[in-house]
Amino acid sequence: MAVSITAAVAPFGIVFGAAASTSGLGVWEAIGYSVFVFGGSSQFAAVEILGDGGSIAAAALAGLLLNVRSLAFGVIMAPALDGPLWKRALMSQVMIDESTAVGTASEELAHRRYGYLAGGLGVFVVWNLTTVVGFVLFSGAGDLIRDLGLDVAGPAAFLALLWPRLEDRRQLAVAVIGAIVAVALVPFAPAGLPILAAMSAVVAVRSVEGRFTKPSERSGE
Amino acid sequence: MSDASIVLVVLAVGTFALKSAGPMLLGARRLPARLQDVVDLLPAALLAALAIVSTLGDGRSVVLDARAIGLAVAGIALWRRAPFVVVIVLASAATAATRAVTEL
Repeated sequence: MAVSITAAVAPFGIVFGAAASTSGLGVWEAIGYSVFVFGGSSQFAAVEILGDGGSIAAAALAGLLLNVRSLAFGVIMAPALDGPLWKRALMSQVMIDESTAVGTASEELAHRRYGYLAGGLGVFVVWNLTTVVGFVLFSGAGDLIRDLGLDVAGPAAFLALLWPRLEDRRQLAVAVIGAIVAVALVPFAPAGLPILAAMSAVVAVRSVEGRFTKPSERSGE
Repeated sequence: MSDASIVLVVLAVGTFALKSAGPMLLGARRLPARLQDVVDLLPAALLAALAIVSTLGDGRSVVLDARAIGLAVAGIALWRRAPFVVVIVLASAATAATRAVTEL
Protein backbone atom coordinates (compact mmCIF):
# COMPACT_ATOMS: atom_id res chain seq x y z
CA MET A 1 0.00 0.00 0.00
CA ALA A 2 2.79 2.41 0.92
CA VAL A 3 4.55 1.79 -2.41
CA SER A 4 1.54 2.40 -4.65
CA ILE A 5 0.63 5.54 -2.69
CA THR A 6 4.20 6.79 -3.01
CA ALA A 7 4.25 6.21 -6.78
CA ALA A 8 0.90 7.97 -7.18
CA VAL A 9 2.28 11.35 -6.04
CA ALA A 10 4.99 11.40 -8.75
CA PRO A 11 2.91 13.01 -11.53
CA PHE A 12 1.50 15.50 -9.05
CA GLY A 13 5.04 16.45 -7.97
CA ILE A 14 5.98 17.11 -11.58
CA VAL A 15 2.88 19.29 -12.03
CA PHE A 16 3.79 21.24 -8.87
CA GLY A 17 7.35 21.79 -10.12
CA ALA A 18 5.98 23.04 -13.44
CA ALA A 19 3.45 25.32 -11.70
CA ALA A 20 6.18 26.75 -9.45
CA SER A 21 8.31 27.57 -12.47
CA THR A 22 5.37 29.18 -14.35
CA SER A 23 4.54 31.28 -11.28
CA GLY A 24 8.07 32.70 -11.29
CA LEU A 25 9.57 30.87 -8.29
CA GLY A 26 13.27 29.97 -8.19
CA VAL A 27 14.26 26.31 -8.08
CA TRP A 28 15.35 26.61 -4.42
CA GLU A 29 12.02 28.16 -3.51
CA ALA A 30 10.19 25.28 -5.22
CA ILE A 31 12.31 22.76 -3.30
CA GLY A 32 11.78 24.75 -0.09
CA TYR A 33 8.00 24.40 -0.47
CA SER A 34 8.28 20.66 -1.04
CA VAL A 35 10.66 20.08 1.91
CA PHE A 36 9.35 22.49 4.55
CA VAL A 37 5.66 22.88 3.74
CA PHE A 38 5.25 19.36 2.34
CA GLY A 39 1.54 19.43 1.61
CA GLY A 40 0.54 19.11 -2.05
CA SER A 41 -2.72 21.02 -2.27
CA SER A 42 -1.51 23.80 0.02
CA GLN A 43 1.78 24.31 -1.89
CA PHE A 44 -0.21 24.37 -5.10
CA ALA A 45 -2.76 26.87 -3.83
CA ALA A 46 -0.09 29.27 -2.53
CA VAL A 47 1.92 29.14 -5.75
CA GLU A 48 -1.13 29.53 -8.04
CA ILE A 49 -2.43 32.51 -6.06
CA LEU A 50 1.02 34.17 -6.19
CA GLY A 51 1.19 33.44 -9.93
CA ASP A 52 -2.18 35.14 -10.41
CA GLY A 53 -0.85 38.25 -8.68
CA GLY A 54 -2.51 37.54 -5.33
CA SER A 55 -1.19 39.06 -2.11
CA ILE A 56 1.23 37.40 0.31
CA ALA A 57 -1.52 37.21 2.93
CA ALA A 58 -4.04 35.56 0.59
CA ALA A 59 -1.52 32.98 -0.64
CA ALA A 60 -0.31 32.11 2.88
CA LEU A 61 -3.81 31.94 4.35
CA ALA A 62 -5.23 29.74 1.58
CA GLY A 63 -2.22 27.43 1.90
CA LEU A 64 -2.58 27.20 5.68
CA LEU A 65 -6.31 26.54 5.56
CA LEU A 66 -5.74 23.60 3.23
CA ASN A 67 -3.43 22.14 5.87
CA VAL A 68 -5.86 22.50 8.77
CA ARG A 69 -6.79 18.89 8.16
CA SER A 70 -3.30 17.79 9.19
CA LEU A 71 -4.27 19.01 12.68
CA ALA A 72 -7.00 16.36 12.66
CA PHE A 73 -4.59 13.75 11.26
CA GLY A 74 -2.15 14.58 14.07
CA VAL A 75 -4.84 13.99 16.65
CA ILE A 76 -5.64 10.60 15.10
CA MET A 77 -1.99 9.52 14.78
CA ALA A 78 -0.71 10.92 18.11
CA PRO A 79 -1.03 7.71 20.18
CA ALA A 80 1.14 5.82 17.65
CA LEU A 81 3.83 8.51 17.52
CA ASP A 82 5.10 8.72 21.09
CA GLY A 83 8.72 9.14 22.15
CA PRO A 84 10.97 12.08 23.06
CA LEU A 85 9.69 15.52 22.02
CA TRP A 86 12.27 15.96 19.23
CA LYS A 87 11.31 12.61 17.74
CA ARG A 88 7.59 13.46 17.81
CA ALA A 89 8.37 16.81 16.15
CA LEU A 90 10.44 15.16 13.43
CA MET A 91 7.83 12.48 12.72
CA SER A 92 5.13 15.17 12.48
CA GLN A 93 6.71 16.70 9.39
CA VAL A 94 5.36 13.84 7.24
CA MET A 95 1.78 14.30 8.58
CA ILE A 96 -0.07 14.22 5.24
CA ASP A 97 -3.08 12.47 3.68
CA GLU A 98 -1.01 9.54 2.39
CA SER A 99 0.94 8.74 5.58
CA THR A 100 -2.23 8.97 7.67
CA ALA A 101 -4.05 6.68 5.23
CA VAL A 102 -1.33 4.02 5.42
CA GLY A 103 -0.93 4.44 9.18
CA THR A 104 -4.61 4.13 10.04
CA ALA A 105 -4.97 1.03 7.83
CA SER A 106 -3.71 -1.09 10.75
CA GLU A 107 -4.98 -1.27 14.33
CA GLU A 108 -1.88 -2.05 16.37
CA LEU A 109 0.09 1.06 17.43
CA ALA A 110 3.49 -0.29 16.33
CA HIS A 111 2.11 -1.14 12.87
CA ARG A 112 0.43 2.25 12.66
CA ARG A 113 3.72 3.97 13.38
CA TYR A 114 5.62 1.86 10.83
CA GLY A 115 2.96 2.36 8.13
CA TYR A 116 2.80 6.09 8.78
CA LEU A 117 6.58 6.50 8.58
CA ALA A 118 6.96 4.26 5.51
CA GLY A 119 4.17 6.09 3.65
CA GLY A 120 5.32 9.53 4.78
CA LEU A 121 9.03 9.13 4.03
CA GLY A 122 8.35 7.42 0.68
CA VAL A 123 6.11 10.26 -0.44
CA PHE A 124 8.61 12.83 0.91
CA VAL A 125 11.45 11.47 -1.25
CA VAL A 126 9.36 11.04 -4.43
CA TRP A 127 7.61 14.39 -3.96
CA ASN A 128 10.88 16.32 -3.72
CA LEU A 129 12.58 14.53 -6.60
CA THR A 130 9.60 15.05 -8.92
CA THR A 131 9.29 18.71 -7.87
CA VAL A 132 12.82 19.27 -9.21
CA VAL A 133 12.11 17.25 -12.38
CA GLY A 134 8.94 19.23 -13.11
CA PHE A 135 10.68 22.54 -12.44
CA VAL A 136 13.67 21.79 -14.66
CA LEU A 137 11.59 20.32 -17.51
CA PHE A 138 9.30 23.31 -17.79
CA SER A 139 11.36 26.23 -16.49
CA GLY A 140 11.25 29.21 -18.82
CA ALA A 141 8.92 27.34 -21.16
CA GLY A 142 5.83 29.55 -20.83
CA ASP A 143 4.77 29.11 -24.47
CA LEU A 144 5.38 25.36 -24.35
CA ILE A 145 3.20 25.07 -21.26
CA ARG A 146 0.38 26.90 -23.05
CA ASP A 147 0.80 24.97 -26.31
CA LEU A 148 0.70 21.63 -24.48
CA GLY A 149 -2.35 22.73 -22.48
CA LEU A 150 -0.39 22.23 -19.25
CA ASP A 151 -1.87 25.38 -17.70
CA VAL A 152 -4.97 23.24 -17.08
CA ALA A 153 -2.89 20.67 -15.14
CA GLY A 154 -3.27 22.71 -11.93
CA PRO A 155 -7.07 23.01 -12.09
CA ALA A 156 -7.36 19.34 -13.10
CA ALA A 157 -5.17 18.36 -10.13
CA PHE A 158 -7.41 20.33 -7.75
CA LEU A 159 -10.47 18.58 -9.22
CA ALA A 160 -8.78 15.18 -8.82
CA LEU A 161 -8.04 15.92 -5.15
CA LEU A 162 -11.63 17.05 -4.64
CA TRP A 163 -13.26 14.13 -6.47
CA PRO A 164 -13.24 11.38 -3.77
CA ARG A 165 -14.96 13.79 -1.37
CA LEU A 166 -17.92 14.39 -3.68
CA GLU A 167 -19.52 11.02 -2.95
CA ASP A 168 -20.65 12.51 0.35
CA ARG A 169 -23.70 14.79 -0.08
CA ARG A 170 -22.53 17.37 2.43
CA GLN A 171 -19.07 17.60 0.84
CA LEU A 172 -20.73 17.97 -2.57
CA ALA A 173 -22.96 20.79 -1.30
CA VAL A 174 -19.97 22.58 0.23
CA ALA A 175 -17.96 22.20 -3.00
CA VAL A 176 -20.75 23.52 -5.27
CA ILE A 177 -21.54 26.50 -3.05
CA GLY A 178 -17.84 27.24 -2.55
CA ALA A 179 -17.23 27.20 -6.31
CA ILE A 180 -20.20 29.53 -7.01
CA VAL A 181 -19.19 32.01 -4.30
CA ALA A 182 -15.58 32.07 -5.56
CA VAL A 183 -16.44 32.62 -9.26
CA ALA A 184 -19.03 35.28 -8.39
CA LEU A 185 -16.35 37.25 -6.49
CA VAL A 186 -13.62 37.11 -9.18
CA PRO A 187 -14.64 40.41 -10.86
CA PHE A 188 -14.88 42.28 -7.55
CA ALA A 189 -12.12 40.97 -5.26
CA PRO A 190 -8.32 40.84 -5.56
CA ALA A 191 -6.78 37.48 -6.51
CA GLY A 192 -6.84 34.95 -3.69
CA LEU A 193 -9.77 36.48 -1.83
CA PRO A 194 -12.46 34.56 -3.80
CA ILE A 195 -10.75 31.31 -2.71
CA LEU A 196 -10.87 32.32 0.95
CA ALA A 197 -14.48 33.50 0.66
CA ALA A 198 -15.44 30.00 -0.54
CA MET A 199 -15.01 28.86 3.07
CA SER A 200 -18.33 30.52 3.82
CA ALA A 201 -19.87 27.47 2.10
CA VAL A 202 -18.97 25.37 5.15
CA VAL A 203 -20.84 27.80 7.42
CA ALA A 204 -23.78 27.93 4.99
CA VAL A 205 -24.19 24.17 4.73
CA ARG A 206 -23.83 23.64 8.48
CA SER A 207 -26.36 26.36 9.36
CA VAL A 208 -28.95 25.14 6.81
CA GLU A 209 -28.58 21.62 8.21
CA GLY A 210 -28.90 22.88 11.74
CA ARG A 211 -32.28 24.34 10.82
CA PHE A 212 -33.69 21.17 9.25
CA THR A 213 -32.02 18.21 10.95
CA LYS A 214 -30.92 17.10 14.36
CA PRO A 215 -27.14 16.83 14.70
CA SER A 216 -27.48 13.05 15.23
CA GLU A 217 -28.96 12.68 11.72
CA ARG A 218 -26.02 14.26 9.93
CA SER A 219 -23.81 11.97 7.95
CA GLY A 220 -20.17 12.71 8.58
CA GLU A 221 -17.21 11.48 6.55
CA MET B 1 13.09 38.33 0.10
CA SER B 2 10.68 37.55 -2.74
CA ASP B 3 6.95 37.25 -2.09
CA ALA B 4 7.18 33.50 -2.72
CA SER B 5 9.91 33.17 -0.04
CA ILE B 6 7.90 35.10 2.54
CA VAL B 7 4.85 32.90 1.87
CA LEU B 8 7.15 29.86 2.10
CA VAL B 9 8.38 30.81 5.60
CA VAL B 10 4.89 31.64 6.93
CA LEU B 11 3.39 28.51 5.40
CA ALA B 12 6.20 26.23 6.61
CA VAL B 13 5.99 27.48 10.22
CA GLY B 14 2.17 27.45 10.29
CA THR B 15 1.89 24.04 8.65
CA PHE B 16 4.41 22.52 11.05
CA ALA B 17 2.41 23.87 13.98
CA LEU B 18 -0.74 22.23 12.59
CA LYS B 19 1.00 18.93 11.84
CA SER B 20 2.77 18.62 15.18
CA ALA B 21 0.09 19.92 17.56
CA GLY B 22 -1.50 16.48 17.93
CA PRO B 23 1.63 14.40 18.55
CA MET B 24 3.40 17.08 20.62
CA LEU B 25 0.57 18.47 22.76
CA LEU B 26 -2.64 16.48 22.63
CA GLY B 27 -1.55 12.90 23.26
CA ALA B 28 -4.62 10.66 23.09
CA ARG B 29 -7.32 13.36 23.28
CA ARG B 30 -9.68 14.02 20.33
CA LEU B 31 -10.96 17.22 18.66
CA PRO B 32 -14.46 18.42 19.65
CA ALA B 33 -17.06 16.99 17.19
CA ARG B 34 -18.14 20.38 15.77
CA LEU B 35 -14.56 21.47 15.11
CA GLN B 36 -13.79 18.07 13.55
CA ASP B 37 -16.78 18.54 11.21
CA VAL B 38 -15.55 21.95 10.01
CA VAL B 39 -12.05 20.50 9.51
CA ASP B 40 -13.57 17.68 7.40
CA LEU B 41 -15.58 20.06 5.18
CA LEU B 42 -13.06 22.89 4.69
CA PRO B 43 -10.91 21.24 1.95
CA ALA B 44 -13.97 20.61 -0.28
CA ALA B 45 -14.79 24.35 -0.36
CA LEU B 46 -11.20 25.41 -0.98
CA LEU B 47 -10.36 22.77 -3.61
CA ALA B 48 -13.58 23.44 -5.56
CA ALA B 49 -12.90 27.18 -5.49
CA LEU B 50 -9.28 26.68 -6.60
CA ALA B 51 -10.29 24.38 -9.47
CA ILE B 52 -12.99 26.69 -10.80
CA VAL B 53 -11.20 30.03 -10.32
CA SER B 54 -7.97 28.79 -11.92
CA THR B 55 -10.06 27.56 -14.88
CA LEU B 56 -12.44 30.49 -15.44
CA GLY B 57 -10.49 33.36 -13.90
CA ASP B 58 -8.37 35.70 -16.01
CA GLY B 59 -7.28 38.56 -13.79
CA ARG B 60 -10.50 40.27 -12.71
CA SER B 61 -12.66 38.76 -15.45
CA VAL B 62 -14.42 35.41 -15.84
CA VAL B 63 -13.79 33.81 -19.24
CA LEU B 64 -14.84 30.55 -20.87
CA ASP B 65 -11.86 29.33 -22.92
CA ALA B 66 -9.89 26.19 -23.78
CA ARG B 67 -9.11 25.59 -20.08
CA ALA B 68 -12.82 24.93 -19.41
CA ILE B 69 -12.80 22.18 -22.05
CA GLY B 70 -9.77 20.65 -20.32
CA LEU B 71 -11.44 20.74 -16.89
CA ALA B 72 -14.62 19.18 -18.31
CA VAL B 73 -12.54 16.36 -19.81
CA ALA B 74 -10.78 15.94 -16.43
CA GLY B 75 -14.21 15.60 -14.79
CA ILE B 76 -15.27 12.91 -17.28
CA ALA B 77 -11.98 11.04 -16.79
CA LEU B 78 -12.39 11.15 -12.99
CA TRP B 79 -15.98 9.96 -13.32
CA ARG B 80 -14.70 6.99 -15.35
CA ARG B 81 -12.20 6.36 -12.49
CA ALA B 82 -9.08 7.15 -14.52
CA PRO B 83 -5.80 7.36 -12.55
CA PHE B 84 -4.35 10.80 -11.72
CA VAL B 85 -1.74 10.85 -14.47
CA VAL B 86 -4.33 9.94 -17.15
CA VAL B 87 -6.64 12.71 -15.90
CA ILE B 88 -3.87 15.31 -16.22
CA VAL B 89 -2.72 14.11 -19.66
CA LEU B 90 -6.27 14.00 -21.09
CA ALA B 91 -7.16 17.43 -19.68
CA SER B 92 -3.97 18.99 -21.07
CA ALA B 93 -4.40 17.31 -24.46
CA ALA B 94 -8.02 18.51 -24.71
CA THR B 95 -6.97 22.08 -23.89
CA ALA B 96 -4.06 21.96 -26.35
CA ALA B 97 -6.27 20.51 -29.11
CA THR B 98 -8.96 23.14 -28.53
CA ARG B 99 -6.33 25.89 -28.82
CA ALA B 100 -4.90 24.36 -31.99
CA VAL B 101 -8.22 24.30 -33.87
CA THR B 102 -10.22 27.22 -32.41
CA GLU B 103 -9.75 30.80 -31.24
CA LEU B 104 -10.70 29.92 -27.66
